[in-house]
Amino acid sequence: MSKSVSRRTFVKGSALAGLGAAAVGSGALFGCSSEGGTDTPAPAEEKVCWGHCDVNCETRCALQFHVVDDEVVWVESDNTGSDVYGDHQLRACQRGRSIRRWINHPDRLSYPMKRVGKRGSGEFEQITWEEAIDTIVENYKRILDQYGPAAIYSQYASGVNSGNIGGFLSRFLNLNGGRLNRYGSYSSAQISNALPWLYGTRAANGNSDIINSKLVVMFGENSCETKQAGAGPTYHLMHALENGEAKCIIIDPRYSDSVASRADQWIPIRPGTDAALVDALAYVLITEDLVDHDFLAKYCIGYDDEQMPEELKGQGKSYCDYILGTGYDMTPKTPEWASPITGIATQVIIDLAREIGTAKPCAIYQGKGPQRHHNGEQTARAICMLPVLTGNVGINGGNTGSDLDGYYMPAWFGVPSEDNGVAASISCFTWTDAIERGAEMTRTKDGVRGVEKLEVPIKFIWNYAGNTMTNQHGDINHAHEVLSDESLCEFIVLWDTFMTDSAKYADILLPDLMPVEQPNIIQSEYAGNMAYYIIGDAVTSPKFERRTLYSVLTDIADKMGQKEAFTEGRDEMAWLQYIYETQALPDDPDAPTFEEIMAKGFYKKNCPEGEHVALKAFRDDPEANPLNTPSGKIEIYSQALMDTVADWELAEGDLIHPLPVYCPEVEGYADPLAETYPLQLIGYHTKARTHSSYGCIEVLKQANPQELWMNPIDAEARGLADGDKVKVYNDRGTVEIVAKVTPRILPGVVAMGQGAWHDADMFGDKVDKGGCINTLTTHRPSPYAKANPQHTNLVEVKLA
Amino acid sequence: MTQYGFYFNGPRCTGCKTCSMACKDKNDLPPEIGFRNVYEYTGGTWSNEGGLWKNDVFSYYVSLSCNHCASPVCMEVCPQGAISKSEETGAMSVDPEKCIHCESCLKACPYDVPRYDEAIDAMVRCDMCADLIAQGKQPVCVEACPLRALEFGDIEELKAKYGDVSAIAPMPEPTTEPSIVITAPINGKPAGDTAGIVANEREIS
Repeated sequence: MSKSVSRRTFVKGSALAGLGAAAVGSGALFGCSSEGGTDTPAPAEEKVCWGHCDVNCETRCALQFHVVDDEVVWVESDNTGSDVYGDHQLRACQRGRSIRRWINHPDRLSYPMKRVGKRGSGEFEQITWEEAIDTIVENYKRILDQYGPAAIYSQYASGVNSGNIGGFLSRFLNLNGGRLNRYGSYSSAQISNALPWLYGTRAANGNSDIINSKLVVMFGENSCETKQAGAGPTYHLMHALENGEAKCIIIDPRYSDSVASRADQWIPIRPGTDAALVDALAYVLITEDLVDHDFLAKYCIGYDDEQMPEELKGQGKSYCDYILGTGYDMTPKTPEWASPITGIATQVIIDLAREIGTAKPCAIYQGKGPQRHHNGEQTARAICMLPVLTGNVGINGGNTGSDLDGYYMPAWFGVPSEDNGVAASISCFTWTDAIERGAEMTRTKDGVRGVEKLEVPIKFIWNYAGNTMTNQHGDINHAHEVLSDESLCEFIVLWDTFMTDSAKYADILLPDLMPVEQPNIIQSEYAGNMAYYIIGDAVTSPKFERRTLYSVLTDIADKMGQKEAFTEGRDEMAWLQYIYETQALPDDPDAPTFEEIMAKGFYKKNCPEGEHVALKAFRDDPEANPLNTPSGKIEIYSQALMDTVADWELAEGDLIHPLPVYCPEVEGYADPLAETYPLQLIGYHTKARTHSSYGCIEVLKQANPQELWMNPIDAEARGLADGDKVKVYNDRGTVEIVAKVTPRILPGVVAMGQGAWHDADMFGDKVDKGGCINTLTTHRPSPYAKANPQHTNLVEVKLA
Repeated sequence: MTQYGFYFNGPRCTGCKTCSMACKDKNDLPPEIGFRNVYEYTGGTWSNEGGLWKNDVFSYYVSLSCNHCASPVCMEVCPQGAISKSEETGAMSVDPEKCIHCESCLKACPYDVPRYDEAIDAMVRCDMCADLIAQGKQPVCVEACPLRALEFGDIEELKAKYGDVSAIAPMPEPTTEPSIVITAPINGKPAGDTAGIVANEREIS
């Protein structure tokens, strides 16, 4: 390990002695008058209210707000009940425990504003709500009249996930003909678009079911940092490993916290090559006869020539033909073939294959990192081949190979809405294209769905609680060029709680209330075998001129003569009750009444089958419960996919394959560009934030600093030491960031947590001092899902 | 006197720092002052054999607050007699009126625990959440832990339940009777190990 990493030994004269002098002292934070100090008794007028934290980490957590004089003074999580597993508390992580710093932050947006400088300059002027609403209505009507609703776009966003809040924007827009649809997500577009060709769906076991496994192998799965909280996957994994027998192997370029705390074995892999590893594992499984022939024959098509569709037999097109080198590139996918691609020793590959082939049952999972690549659709399907080959699909202790799932409540809360009147749909990642060259975008070139081509570009963007205008989108410098040209997208209205990087591009910027400052409800996701709802009322009254989305849209609808149609006479609380009673109660006789759940704050429900097992009905009776594929079986070879893309025009280097196999990446490790930019850069989900949410909270930034992970070997080669400020750069941009020189990452790979707040002079040198990875990522989409390949990047690093 | 203390269940801890942040929220601490810290202990090297990388990397986390030692060296060295130990719980506390911010306690503490709070011009630290304990609750870090890796109680009972290991790397060998019991994480190394370093110094407060 590099000597540049200094040693903290707990002896006197600690490095922290100096920090004491810089301390601002307790109670100095704006609005944070502590009642919970060491010896101050709780004031008599304190009230405690339930609420939740959900900024799309994929866990949802209960919070209890201690409120004095209409100010949140401290926050507890769920400390009620027995906390025995199965009735466990909905404990928040460090993010939710810091929500008071967000609520009371001095930088929060407090007034409606209009832009007075260039888009992206961040120059705004306070205006009245009346002027804000008049300006929005005037521009909305003008653009609707001129271009129609297909020119209207509601931006992808996940800063607010409560089931009764953001959906009102769609409800309002659909009263006016709707808006250009979007499909996919920035989280899981490749896997969610790819797996239906294999399984007819994207589905996985709950990871609490690992308690039934003998072996769990996880590709890039890192819940311990992504979803840290106490009723989510991290807790279920801990429980399953502690109480079951499974050995845990994690494949990841980073020695993540999941590896550190849960893995019996770490297999570091070169990013973007997971499918090559799978190909070689399949080679060993097939040649050593460790595959489940009965399963393959009964449930699958495409495995070998015999199981190919009649018209494709005898052409060397089966999976076995590809793996064994009797078809396609005529190359056997031996461990020796995969080793130089993946960077994994042949013996490690052979041993792993034998373990996977002999452990019964074996659970194969992937995180969402492997699929968030240029070749992510192929990788996501390929990983699923391991459980398919070994017959571990649809059983307890197995899995489909997809990303972990869980048991769900009956209700997926949503705001009722008219149908969207626009048929056209784009991949959510291609919105900058739809601004720049919307009328040129087609089904065959750009993955436009619903229509053959777009008729109009995006001219008006509604952005509620999202930061994908720049910060979370690919290639920020490109997005800036698109957005700052005011002749392209003519109007942008944006709600947020902070002046995010995206907010700087708003024409009208509106100060939002947080979910816990209004009536709110959320349902669990990825919660193992125990699902839940969390519900609450506003913990304080609205401060300054902050308003709910709903109340603002009500005023806008009123101006457009649609108030009654929009509100149906309900306020926020009446809607919450309506949504709960119409969506949660009908399918669940055990659910509490609205009054009961409001009093308690949450409702938990256990999976009736014990553990959630994906595709169990299909496994139990494939005739009665066929998959949603053309054959009703698992389609290892997908003719339907190839038919769908038969007339597509793909960019150079893009490949869509009928089989789930390895495709080298554009801008992967072997791209000629690596001669100029030799390091692969990946962006993991850091503990400090969920995406960009919580990104300005000082305590979280201090404890989880934004740093570039770099192996000591790569650092030494560049004369860099731990703690150095470095420049990370490629043709798209430059980031300044502190280097964390650590052996916890594969040489040749560097990593930074995604979601840090972009901080650059966009009318100057554009150097990002905030450490935002999207300064360096591309806006070129993946081949099929047309999705964000945000972990496929080549960069170089030098001393700043 | 009953000496209370903490149990750290290392195999459960993922290093998520919820304990630290819950503490910072309850005690309204600024970024620079932490009463509980999570240390990353990391070691291992890489070598290239035939174009492939081999490694023996390990890493794990340890969550530590004031150990409320039974033989508190901080109290011994304080020239002002500002530090005291609760007769009821064994919790350490600092009298801000007496403290002169000489940092003798910090220099003496084997665990780097006392912090200077400029606002009250005195050293500060974990008090076992005395107010919550008085209400029959647990310290906030214990109630917060998403993995249920922390417990609080009579240290003798915790020892009876979990054994008497009170130090793992990167902690020093115990010399002050720290009121802590530890189960080592899966990659845990004994106190005195030199294969790794504290790799997250910048994250400590």
